[in-house]
Amino acid sequence: MREELYDVVVIGGGPAGLAAALAARENGAQSVLILERDTEPGGILNQCIHNGFGLHWFKEELTGPEYAGRFIAQLAGGGIDVALDTMALSLDAATHTVCAVSRKDGMRAVRGKAVVLAMGCRERTRGAIGIPGARCAGIFTAGTAQRYVNVEGYMVGRRVLILGSGDIGLIMARRMTLEGAKVLACVEVMPYSGGLARNIAQCLNDFGIPLYLSHTIIDIEGDGRVERAVVAKVDEHRRPIPGTEMTFECDTILLSVGLIPENELTRGAGIELDARTNGAAVYENMETAAPGVFACGNVLHVHDLVDYVTAESRRAGAAAAAYARSERARGGAISLACGDGVSYTVPQRVRVESVEKGVDVFFRVRRVFDGDLRVTARCGGEVLASFRREHLAPGEMERVTLPRVLLDKARGTVTISVEEASV
Amino acid sequence: MRELVCIVCPKGCRLHVDEENGYKVTGNSCPRGEAYGREECTNPTRVVTSTVAVAGGAHPRCPVKTNRPVPKDRMFDVVRALDGLVIPAPVALGQVIVADVCGTGADIVATRGV
Amino acid sequence: MHMVDVAVIGCGVTGAAVACALARRDVSVLVLEAENDVAMRTTKANSGILHAGYDPEPGTRMAKWNVRGAQLAKELCEALDVPRTETGSLVLAFTDGEVRHLEQLLERGRENGVPGLRILTAEETAAMEPHLSPVKAALYAPTAAVVSPWEYALAMAENAVENGAEVRLSCPVTGAEPVDGGWLLHTPQGDVAARFVVNAAGVHAGEVHEMVAPKSFETIPCRGEYYLLDKSEGTRVHSVIFQCPNELGKGVLVAPTAHGNLIVGPNAEDVDSTANTAAGLAFVAEMARKSVPDVDLRQNIRNFAGVRANTDQKDFVFGFAAPGFVDLAGMKSPGLTAAPAAAEDTVALLMSAGLGAPEKENCVRTRRRVRFRELSNEERAALVTKQPAYGRVVCRCETVTEGEILDACRSPIPPCSIDGVKRRAGSGMGRCQGGFCSPRVLEILSRECGIDPLDIT
Repeated sequence: MREELYDVVVIGGGPAGLAAALAARENGAQSVLILERDTEPGGILNQCIHNGFGLHWFKEELTGPEYAGRFIAQLAGGGIDVALDTMALSLDAATHTVCAVSRKDGMRAVRGKAVVLAMGCRERTRGAIGIPGARCAGIFTAGTAQRYVNVEGYMVGRRVLILGSGDIGLIMARRMTLEGAKVLACVEVMPYSGGLARNIAQCLNDFGIPLYLSHTIIDIEGDGRVERAVVAKVDEHRRPIPGTEMTFECDTILLSVGLIPENELTRGAGIELDARTNGAAVYENMETAAPGVFACGNVLHVHDLVDYVTAESRRAGAAAAAYARSERARGGAISLACGDGVSYTVPQRVRVESVEKGVDVFFRVRRVFDGDLRVTARCGGEVLASFRREHLAPGEMERVTLPRVLLDKARGTVTISVEEASV
Repeated sequence: MRELVCIVCPKGCRLHVDEENGYKVTGNSCPRGEAYGREECTNPTRVVTSTVAVAGGAHPRCPVKTNRPVPKDRMFDVVRALDGLVIPAPVALGQVIVADVCGTGADIVATRGV
Repeated sequence: MHMVDVAVIGCGVTGAAVACALARRDVSVLVLEAENDVAMRTTKANSGILHAGYDPEPGTRMAKWNVRGAQLAKELCEALDVPRTETGSLVLAFTDGEVRHLEQLLERGRENGVPGLRILTAEETAAMEPHLSPVKAALYAPTAAVVSPWEYALAMAENAVENGAEVRLSCPVTGAEPVDGGWLLHTPQGDVAARFVVNAAGVHAGEVHEMVAPKSFETIPCRGEYYLLDKSEGTRVHSVIFQCPNELGKGVLVAPTAHGNLIVGPNAEDVDSTANTAAGLAFVAEMARKSVPDVDLRQNIRNFAGVRANTDQKDFVFGFAAPGFVDLAGMKSPGLTAAPAAAEDTVALLMSAGLGAPEKENCVRTRRRVRFRELSNEERAALVTKQPAYGRVVCRCETVTEGEILDACRSPIPPCSIDGVKRRAGSGMGRCQGGFCSPRVLEILSRECGIDPLDIT
């Protein structure tokens, strides 16, 4: 088996891996290797042909392939090897050795002075949410359908029902409609959408596709192929309400019911995971509990916007380069805890001494909040920082920046909460 | 008064457009939102993205977009205009696939190389 | 018209076992399967348990075939490289009444000749399986095993083909009439003449029987619903965990699968449908938690339902329906275990009726599959150097390579669907359920087997 040594080994060549690798090189890493399982870099962006990417990062509106293309173009210029069609099979967190295989290079053992995990996520399936009904063809996750339609060029159906209001499902509602399919409805079990408000507007409302909130599919019928689906309203415990059934004659059901970070390698390496994000627990520089192993992008927590993935992954790449130069993060860590209304934070721990100006904290909220809101960071009851918001929703990841000067006052645990102004 | 969700950026501001008073926009948090709100009520437009078939390339389809927004009610015409179109590889990023598609003044351009 | 020696109707595990046994003899064998692949009905959707044999009543055909079948399965799975794990099984007793039931099972098992049976104390049971609810006692059967049922049937069917049998897919038998020296079977692909016929049509065996003889048994299709959990739950229990039968049914089992997942189910409902129901799944969940309270059903990767070929007969249905026309029907549980023993007796019955079938001198008795996931890194390195297609991982959840998918496409009974590849190579079996690999498998299958991608399901 071939054995090789790099300054930084990046697992995954999607938007996270590309940004991390480029940032590692900019920050002095002499040799960087990207391991990518597909035959080209870019990851899921290659099939996201719609526009709307890059408004934060490039200040212009790009399609997915264009956004990926900007980074891929920068790979030239030396210092970054990209191993395509290559699957990472295992990771040894202590020696930073990744075992990988490809048709071209066979089995190889690659050691990185630092390793960046950027494997992305996968879609939640029918099994994961347990929809009853016939086991017939015509049920796709939205991302799989997106690949069939946009990359392979096959239409997956003519009369489509969408379960779940995740962004990929919404985007596919528009795409299928423009390609001549009839999208009957989008059905969401929660009382709010899982996707961005603008995608509801431009993918459903533009085409008159109804969105049924607090509804779910209770039965799928069909002999061989889906023929119809029965949808019912649900109560506050998400139980179907008898008498509210509606039947949709459809040949296709797309599932857009959530994404799960793909952490089998991480788990296999024994690296601590956070049950709330399903990703590794990380420090301010995206370093996991395994020293020198960093994580970023959707493998760490599911993002809505690739621009945030880029920002986060650059942080991971720069930190990996520093680690490869034998620079270690300093100081004891404080923990970030989830207070009222907050379902997770990334990072989970902060080594304050290692923070320069401030640390970006990404988080999601548990439900929709509207009104005069404060996102607070409290330590022992005392408010360290407070940020105004008017609208917070679970489908929209939030970010606040905690300045170093305030973190210096913190001891132990800092709790991030949503506080509503008393009426 | 018309209520809209702004689609200019992921923030999704809830806009109010006063159609009787010169399309005055409120609820926006940036000038682009104001422009969107006014335009959406007077001449709504969208960028359209799709794919076209490629012959002899590494991929069977090439993703494309209109290089500027087209009138919203022409979206279907634009996508239909690409039906049956087969372009030979290689295709370069930004290459014009269809000029002035459906007379909208917008070109269909490739969004990646194939 | 050319006449084959034996036509086997149905290529589930029973038909495949019969074909496998016959093809090792000097006779011509034609298998007619209604579906587009083998193992498509009861065989592909069941618990995958090779029962030890303490359940059937002593002296019955069921008892004999169960115990004999379990032995034969062990040899066949080794020879044909079929995933099988000898997990052992436990029947749990939660009440004194159930403890008495265990004693009856123990007695029956001994009469049936089941090796190694014994009753464990509560402490012994807890030590063996720490995730169980507290029990009074449990019946331990060390020879119980789990098998991949569709791979088992496929392996036997492939072996039959390698030894000269023909398997005709999408070829349902629609009628049968006696002709001079045998039978004429009608199918949409044309008529088939055969000296002997074996009716192994599973849930449809009653209909086939009635093509040649008056009705003598009633088929009662019985649905069972399941959860299949991710491998992260695959070690929640290490043996097959049964419950004592009670007023709610035969009891729901929790077991590791031959692939390392955890299977939970089934319920029992007399209906001919493979649809899942909210009520059925809720029942299965509740019953499973009775045995294993902390089973994590959120790790579910797939629900499915299978239909048992139950009949109104207590035993399996076996014998001549008409001269030269053998019924091998009503193969309800433990039908999967019984299959190779049933095949043995079927061959003997046909021989007694005049099928001259000397054993072939040279026949294929083994099969080997490459399973990249199970190799050491050194073995992988050597393999990929020799055959680079094994270096391209197509299904990342289950680490199935292009080489293995090509092997499946080039196997004796080539697949014609993405699911067919899945049953042969294991691609798409994992937690993403084919989300990532389906388009890639589709591409390989269409290229290799010359099928239009739009015709592949």
